[in-house]
Amino acid sequence: MISLNINGKVVKVEAEPDTPLLWVLRDELQMAGTKYGCGAALCGACTVHVDGQPARACVMPASAAVGKKLTTIEAIGATPVGQRVQAAWAEIDVPQCGYCQSGQIMAAVALLRAIPKPSDKDIDQAMSGNICRCGTYPRIRAAIHKAAGQS
Amino acid sequence: MMRALMVMLLALCSLTQAQAQGKGKPARDDGTLFEPIASVVMSPRCLNCHQAEAPHQKDMGVLHAQQVVRGKDGHGSAVLQCAACHQATNTAQGKVPGAPNWHLAPLSMRWQGLDKKGVCEQMRDPARNGNRKTGAQVIEHMKTDPLVLWAWSPGADRTIPPMSHAQFVQMLEMWSAAGMPCPG
Repeated sequence: MISLNINGKVVKVEAEPDTPLLWVLRDELQMAGTKYGCGAALCGACTVHVDGQPARACVMPASAAVGKKLTTIEAIGATPVGQRVQAAWAEIDVPQCGYCQSGQIMAAVALLRAIPKPSDKDIDQAMSGNICRCGTYPRIRAAIHKAAGQS
Repeated sequence: MMRALMVMLLALCSLTQAQAQGKGKPARDDGTLFEPIASVVMSPRCLNCHQAEAPHQKDMGVLHAQQVVRGKDGHGSAVLQCAACHQATNTAQGKVPGAPNWHLAPLSMRWQGLDKKGVCEQMRDPARNGNRKTGAQVIEHMKTDPLVLWAWSPGADRTIPPMSHAQFVQMLEMWSAAGMPCPG
């Protein structure tokens, strides 16, 4: 049994210590908001927060998450920054197919917490690990600026 | 591997000469003893993270994908840190490399743009080697740091340095004992 702190709740899971956190979330806890993309930390679809920092759940062993505070897309609207990002995303209508968007939002919220008024360079250096094959990047950038009160 | 053996043999000859002269000073400061060390530290496993502004990756040393940057402390940008992907061990069947505290070498220890002589001189310069003053201190990092040891078990199909870590340590000790001579 592994004990994890996910979205403010302590849950016990039966996963093996080296099972990637993504499968604990999706398969064992049925929290399917975090997406499986590449399985090799190349696309960012599985981004969650680990002690506030974005991390790729597809390569993070469950055991590495023990003792950390995990936040997933399901709870991102619980904070003011998360709400601002959600509102900006909806207003600008960012998603196309939507598959990468949970990861994009997780990265954007972490960015705005660390850098409340990010420059385009800050956005590039924070978001370049989150790939969108629909090419919604201009809308993502606009939504981040909007959520930062910069539009 | 043959080339590495030749280089090691040459280094051994040079050390014998150096010892014959006494005082641990090399007979000729021609950098022979540094050759086998250079063959390891200038391999992509080491060089890719001893960079200035951004890590490189793969055997060809291309700029790291995802626009990864050094950031203020060598651990990546504010919200795209090395640890976002790099765990304490290799993951994803070895495709994603990992070791504890994955990060770039400090900026002062960058090797980007340096040749063998430049790397050698950086390694023995306390102002640019993390204030390591003695040969023993200089080679300690290469003997024990988990990030260095990772180079011999890098996962997937990444090439490893051209000699074993034990052989590398032997070469380091010879180089250190001779007073860390560099190519002239």
